[in-house]
Amino acid sequence: MAEGKSIGLREMKEGQKGRILRIGADGELGRRIRDMGLIPGVEVEVVGHAPLRDPVALRLSGVTLALRNREADYISVEVKA
Amino acid sequence: MSQAQQTGSAKVRGGGTVLGYAEGRPRIALAGNPNCGKTTAFNAWTGARQHVGNYPGVTVERKEGVAHARGQAVHLVDLPGTYSLTAYSMEEVVVRRELTENAPLAVIDMADASALERNLYLTVQLLEMGQPLVLALNMMDEARKAGYQIDTARLSRALASPVVETVARSGEGLDAALSAALEIGHSESARKGLRISYGSDLDPVLGSMERQITEAGIWKGAAPVRWFAVKLLEGDAEAWSQLQAADSRLEAVLRAEYNTVAAHIRSTTGTSPEAVISDYRYGFIRGMLKDGVITHVGNRDRLALSDKLDKVLVNPLLGPIIMLAVLYLVFQVTFVIGAYPQGWVEEFFGWLGEISTAVLPEGLVQSLVVDGLIAGLGGILSFVPLVLILFAFVAFLEDTGYMARMAYMVDRIFRAFGLHGNSMMAYITAGGIAGGCAIPGAMATRTLRSPKEKLATLLTLPYMPCGAKLPVFLLLAGVFFPGSEATVMMCMLLAGWVSALIIARLLRSTIIRGESTPFVMELPPYRLPTLRAIGIHCWERAWMYIRKAGTVLLAASILIWAAMTFPQLDEQAAAPYEAAIAAAEEKLEALPSDASEEMRAAAQSEVDQARQNLAEAELQNTVGGRLGMALEPLTSPAGFNWRTNVGLVSGIAAKEALVSTLGTAYSLGEVDPEDAGSLAETLASQPDWSRANALSLMLFVLLYSPCFVALVVIKNEAGGWRWLVFSLVFNTLLAYGVAVVAYHVGLSVWG
Repeated sequence: MAEGKSIGLREMKEGQKGRILRIGADGELGRRIRDMGLIPGVEVEVVGHAPLRDPVALRLSGVTLALRNREADYISVEVKA
Repeated sequence: MSQAQQTGSAKVRGGGTVLGYAEGRPRIALAGNPNCGKTTAFNAWTGARQHVGNYPGVTVERKEGVAHARGQAVHLVDLPGTYSLTAYSMEEVVVRRELTENAPLAVIDMADASALERNLYLTVQLLEMGQPLVLALNMMDEARKAGYQIDTARLSRALASPVVETVARSGEGLDAALSAALEIGHSESARKGLRISYGSDLDPVLGSMERQITEAGIWKGAAPVRWFAVKLLEGDAEAWSQLQAADSRLEAVLRAEYNTVAAHIRSTTGTSPEAVISDYRYGFIRGMLKDGVITHVGNRDRLALSDKLDKVLVNPLLGPIIMLAVLYLVFQVTFVIGAYPQGWVEEFFGWLGEISTAVLPEGLVQSLVVDGLIAGLGGILSFVPLVLILFAFVAFLEDTGYMARMAYMVDRIFRAFGLHGNSMMAYITAGGIAGGCAIPGAMATRTLRSPKEKLATLLTLPYMPCGAKLPVFLLLAGVFFPGSEATVMMCMLLAGWVSALIIARLLRSTIIRGESTPFVMELPPYRLPTLRAIGIHCWERAWMYIRKAGTVLLAASILIWAAMTFPQLDEQAAAPYEAAIAAAEEKLEALPSDASEEMRAAAQSEVDQARQNLAEAELQNTVGGRLGMALEPLTSPAGFNWRTNVGLVSGIAAKEALVSTLGTAYSLGEVDPEDAGSLAETLASQPDWSRANALSLMLFVLLYSPCFVALVVIKNEAGGWRWLVFSLVFNTLLAYGVAVVAYHVGLSVWG
């Protein structure tokens, strides 16, 4: 993954996998994101979108999480180039 | 809740209550993430011996029960499910208070064995708090099936706490977990607290803070000082305000230290102390899980089935259709099946009324018992079967994990109205799939962190067709829209939703404007809930309803009976009516024995008419009658007569009361109580009742002021009397406007 490129979580396509690089959110949103297990270094996969394309469903270490696109914008991931 | 139960005390008291004991029994708390099977385990441990209440001052549910281990009774407290111990939600605040102020003997921490890393995040925080802890690796059957093997001995060494594999559904390991908790509770070393290194930036500051707080001697909590210092570094608002209250000078000193390190971390890594702490905690967990503590054999994914189901159930096209279909099915089944037991209950109360009429002497007492008590209670209790069936569905949808998917699918829509996907939960509890109750619904808004979204949800959820409004809808739909009851109910449901969403949007762009809150939430794997879990859930809800019926509603029934009986018509005023009756009766008796059937019938109906006139006059003379009459000019544009008005006023006490009041109103107006017939038949035969009246009344009932109890809960949740007044006045005005329009549209459509 050393040759990966960094993109925003929102740009990930369904079925695409990546590794979280950075959580840009602070305060309550940042805390909520971390409490749910979204932290730098974690592998995530986009498993789907809600009928209106938002929120997005993610898979990470045995758990499925949902978050809004606007919140996903705070998370940057490294995906295979 | 009694005082004795609340004082599961942290301190030694005069009576000899010791740390970690309640009523002489060891007190064990049950903690864990949502969806880890905690409730199933709690039910298995305590069976029916549960006590459900509220945490003092807040409306988060507090469950307690008695379990048995090693031949000893144990007091179990089921803490709300949380992911963390920050003060993110009311649940987390409650868990923290319970652990620091009411210190249990030990904590059983339930973790979903298949998602251990995330679950251990809470475990580590509990250990940092110095809680003697047993880690229960729950749903081990699922984990094993997915190919996970966990080396519990090594995990136990790493955590310095017992680790037990459990399967809450089958009861596997539950006794062992409880026994282990009793044992570790007596270990002093377990209370020292886990110390994690938070790196070279934070460790020195933590040490310095810990030392200064210890020297000042201000930390009185059961948790170690180190934990408090970590909370301060996390920027925890509650911890800082506690410090401020205890020693404002020290607070200023530590605040300066905090600001320095925070600035340093921001300039070097671009994050915050809080993020660093979280990274190190997860790092600690990963370190622990390395080296074969967990091995995954094979390539099986336990979420594979859930993923397949989600392909269909949250499919962009099929998902919403299936969701609507599920909701509609819930109705159909509830009302078709529910009609049978409902009929039995009605028959029973009808029989009881007849017996009482026969046994009791005619007069006020008979009237009170038959018309007030039995008619009132019967009307209320006949809906218990419906409530039971409906709550079985709600519990099923919740426990399977489908409810979370609904929130996921609708969040985008809710956000458009200034709400949150989680508002769905509150709306549904309040009656969003009909049959809920605004009271638990209002309490469910506690999961909404943004005060603005919460307030908007709180103020609009009373528009949902709660269980208490159903009797009114069912009655009117049955009489005026026979054969299409389900369609009418569905329309009422949609009307409730549309009103709630539109008013919410209106509120969010006027009196409660503001930013939206994060939506990060879990979509738990689909699971088939146990019958027992659904049974217990159903029983809790139904019992709540029955209790309300037995107290508030029964009192309301009696009050309303009194309002519709007194003052009685004085003899002078009654005399002309009595004379008319006597004259009509004389005429009937004077008929020659060979008089034709028609003549006899005409004379009889003259007698009946005379008696009804008296009854009508009597009723109009009462407090209730006068109030209803006074309101009639105001409500006639909406098609409500004075009887309906009395019913609506009593409906503010509790919506079900509307049905019993109408029953009382019309049966009191009857001549022969033994020939009262059902309220439905009575309404059907009234000339001033049509489809338009029914529609208008149903919409009014849907939208007007919440009941007393709901108003009080709304006031508590929203934090001010003005919101109570708002709900009462605004909703009633809105309902009036809608009802007037509906009545006139109805008149022009149906004539």
